[in-house]
Amino acid sequence: METTKTYDVIVIGAGHAGCEAALASARMGLSTGLFTMNLDTIAQMSCNPAIGGLAKGHLVREIDALGGEMAKVIDRAGIQFRMLNKSKGPAVWSLRTQADRVLYRIRMRSALEQQKHLDIKQAMIDDIIAEDGKVRGVLTSWGTFYHARAIIVTTGTFLRGLMHIGHESFDAGRAGEFPAKNLSGNLARLGLNLGRLKTGTPARLDAKSIDFSGMEAQFGDDPPVPFSHSTDRIVNPQLPCYITHTNAETHRIIRENLGRSAMYSGKITGIGPRYCPSIEDKIVKFADKERHQVFLEPEGLETTEYYANGVSTSLPYDIQVRFLRTIPGLEQVEIMRPAYAIEYDFAFPTQMRHSLETKVIDGLFLAGQINGTSGYEEAAAQGLMAGINAAHLVLNREPLVLARHEAYIGVLIDDLVTKGTKEPYRMFTSRAEYRLLLRHDNADLRLMEKGHAIGLLDDGTYKRFVHKRSAIAEETGRLGKVRVKPSVINPLLKSLDTAEITEDIGLEQLLKRPEVTYAVIKQVAPPERPLGEDVERQVEIQIKYQGYIRQQMETAGKLSRLEDKKIPPDFDYRCLPGISREIFVKLEEVRPVSLGQAARIQGMTPAALSIIMVALEKMRRTRSA
Amino acid sequence: MNHLDDTIAAISTPVGLGGIGIVRLTGSKAASIADDIFRSRNGAGPSAAPSHRMIYGLVTDPTDGRAVDEALVTVMRAPNTYTREDVVEISCHGGMVAVRSILELVIQRGARLADPGEFTKRAFLNGRLNLDQAEAVLDVITAKTAEGMRIAAEQLQGDLTKKLAEIRIGLIETSAFVEAYLDFPEEDIEPAAKEDIQGRLRAIITEIRRLSKTFHEARFFRDGLSIAIVGRPNVGKSSLLNALLQKDRAIVTALPGTTRDLIEDYLNINGLPVRITDTAGIRNSEEVIEQEGIRRSLQAIGHADYIIALFDGSEPLRQEDLDLLTVISGKHAVAVINKADLPQKITLDPVIAGGMPHLHLSAVTGKGVDELKQHIFASHLGAWKEERDGVVVTNIRHKLALDRAAGSLEKAAALLSRGEPLELFSIEIRDALDRIGEITGAITTDDILDAIFSSFCIGK
Repeated sequence: METTKTYDVIVIGAGHAGCEAALASARMGLSTGLFTMNLDTIAQMSCNPAIGGLAKGHLVREIDALGGEMAKVIDRAGIQFRMLNKSKGPAVWSLRTQADRVLYRIRMRSALEQQKHLDIKQAMIDDIIAEDGKVRGVLTSWGTFYHARAIIVTTGTFLRGLMHIGHESFDAGRAGEFPAKNLSGNLARLGLNLGRLKTGTPARLDAKSIDFSGMEAQFGDDPPVPFSHSTDRIVNPQLPCYITHTNAETHRIIRENLGRSAMYSGKITGIGPRYCPSIEDKIVKFADKERHQVFLEPEGLETTEYYANGVSTSLPYDIQVRFLRTIPGLEQVEIMRPAYAIEYDFAFPTQMRHSLETKVIDGLFLAGQINGTSGYEEAAAQGLMAGINAAHLVLNREPLVLARHEAYIGVLIDDLVTKGTKEPYRMFTSRAEYRLLLRHDNADLRLMEKGHAIGLLDDGTYKRFVHKRSAIAEETGRLGKVRVKPSVINPLLKSLDTAEITEDIGLEQLLKRPEVTYAVIKQVAPPERPLGEDVERQVEIQIKYQGYIRQQMETAGKLSRLEDKKIPPDFDYRCLPGISREIFVKLEEVRPVSLGQAARIQGMTPAALSIIMVALEKMRRTRSA
Repeated sequence: MNHLDDTIAAISTPVGLGGIGIVRLTGSKAASIADDIFRSRNGAGPSAAPSHRMIYGLVTDPTDGRAVDEALVTVMRAPNTYTREDVVEISCHGGMVAVRSILELVIQRGARLADPGEFTKRAFLNGRLNLDQAEAVLDVITAKTAEGMRIAAEQLQGDLTKKLAEIRIGLIETSAFVEAYLDFPEEDIEPAAKEDIQGRLRAIITEIRRLSKTFHEARFFRDGLSIAIVGRPNVGKSSLLNALLQKDRAIVTALPGTTRDLIEDYLNINGLPVRITDTAGIRNSEEVIEQEGIRRSLQAIGHADYIIALFDGSEPLRQEDLDLLTVISGKHAVAVINKADLPQKITLDPVIAGGMPHLHLSAVTGKGVDELKQHIFASHLGAWKEERDGVVVTNIRHKLALDRAAGSLEKAAALLSRGEPLELFSIEIRDALDRIGEITGAITTDDILDAIFSSFCIGK
């Protein structure tokens, strides 16, 4: 076995997690090797051609604020940008865009290729070599060995991937791609426990065979709002999506052929996501629903391929054609690629630390779907953090761990390593206890300082951010001081249908009224210089929701004191009196790093936590004595 | 949640009848919370007092200025205290009513009800107890938790658990609806009508408030039922008290006005603890001491759960008797016609006209005393228990959690009617769910997601 090259960090897999991981590590100055089984499917969107959406859009903004790549790439590959939930409050606004699948791949690959310190290699990794509980390197299927100090595994659905279409099943990583068969056993030998999950994807249809004329068209926003803090504007042409619906006939065909579905005939054992059910599932579980939405989403600017969102299935090909042709507009439809379900191995994520390094092998990091998550954004977020923390490991720095009140990325990773997951884990805003703090509009304020400090976020972006931050502080300060007279403001208040005033009123107080927007303030008492929309918006949100924002900050602050109480890795839970077997087993599995994390373990009680506190203090005193 | 440095409070005297009750606080806000509810005779708050010095004054409810009890308060400043934090002890009159009211007040002012063994835990964590005592500390926490859990389990049996589960499900459904609407904007989920959510919320708030109220209504299960015996002088109040207690407690003479102070004692009727107050005879008197006694009698009527209005059957009703009937009209009371062993000259029409139940007995021979006891029990608790299907909150921890839940839901309802964003509404609903979860020990986020995916077909 010959060592051909030594890397600081090796990344296995070039999907959304792998790309971010490799870029982060290389940008932080470490020599990085990125291994993919196929150079032409780098950053492939294997499911729907879209990025963002509720909570996911938040993740993309956070990735950008830390110096990741996803937002920049999608801004150049997006073909229909929409701000979701605009009629609701600021915490649940979220950006989503359709992507040109090919463009996305090209842009991401180009970013990788131009990156200093980064080698991209096509090779299948058969073995991860570890010695004395520490990674040494990887072995390719043709016997080449690469040495590494840290290894990040981002193999998505490729671990023992098994694709199902009806009763047929094939070994595959994705449609038309080979699975990684040996790596799974290898990870198990290294001491990782693996489970099995399932997911599915709908058929891709040919636009030439679709009659869009009777469908509702859904257009993007004009002008489109970009994801990245450094994108000025979106230049791609924008395309609409189309909405049609299933009907009684569709449902009848599906119901009569349930026995031929891979899922309903018991062929699939992996657990699928409840938020992304197959059409079989929807029809069985929501039998009284007369129709289901089908979104036809363009796969790109230069293709006729459309993604049929909402009808993923594991029914056989002939049934797919039959039920699709009952849907208005799809009477003549031709399938370009059939729908399929896929089962794959994942590693139970409680086996990782918050840094995403495994507890069993030093220097071995896991990120993305291998950790039981689903979604490009969830994968990219983990990839970024694994890349940063692998770099930190090599550089001998403390891991970067984001708290639950700092980022959805923090919620994501903490949920994974503390609670684990039973189904493919997707981010929802309802998973965050500090939703009001974790807005998509303030990702830069939350994270850019950190991104810059670790050497990932570039100086130019950081400088612009610092400028914006001080503008916000300045304007918020001004609104706290300036007062207006009733004679100036009352006519306006009257026109807004809100109570008039009798004495001078502070601008801040005025802005707190639901009917008063920043635009009103600007009208009666404009700032010296115009501020720009994002600054104005920030000022407005911060003042309008001050009460609840403060309350959430306070709660987070109190709890963070529990996070500061560290539990040493060798802490012995066996000797604790009065802790139930159930909690004990969980504690042993998760091995929480702090009292805060321990408190979030499922089934934890205040009494058990008290006992750990006292035992910790006892240990501390015994050791210092 | 088990914070490290918030201010906590607990009743530190054993639960029982009589004696003195102490509410203890520890934490940085202990003194300022005490300031909110207590003033010494000269009007100063406890934080102005020197450390470790007892001051005398009045506990009042700051929301309505109502006096709760006289109390002795000691502020002990860190670090020379049991927990090495600021500690405040409020000693008040025995009887759990006052102690619990004070505990509720300090919690309303920002203290948190201490977990079992938490004072001891703090003492240890802050270095007040040495390493050798660590095992003992763990034992205290374990034992107190086990005891607390046993009591809580006893108090959570059957119908209350069922009620709480219903409330929880109602809240989770409401929450699931709102969360689904927020998190899945592209699914065809119709936003629930505001009135619909508002209606559900109102129903849940009413139910929680009703449950919380049973805590006070049910207090005689824990604290005893307080009964005042009233009547004009020499109708035999002290004799009746003695007959009920079967011992010589009050001084009984034939002179009117012998009982000049309140006499309290305890008896037990079918397991129900009863505290009886024999009051000074209500009579128009010029005598100064007795006037004070009468003032107290009237006060006792005001405080009592139940009144025994005593009349002399051997004499016609006098003006003072009629006055008494007026004073107690509308109150929970029974008219007892004493001296059944003598020839009866009383006319009962005014008693019957007032709609008050009445019975005859002889305190001297003891005839009819048992019937009175049974009457007290049946007329009171029998009906009360039935009326509430036995759903009663008897644990103060549960009561406080319910109150906070209701408070959050009130805020949620207000946000909704003001048209504020639903994410704020959701914060309050979550808070209410967490509070209910403190009682039932259930996890929330996953339950809400479960509810979303079982109620809505999500799947774009």
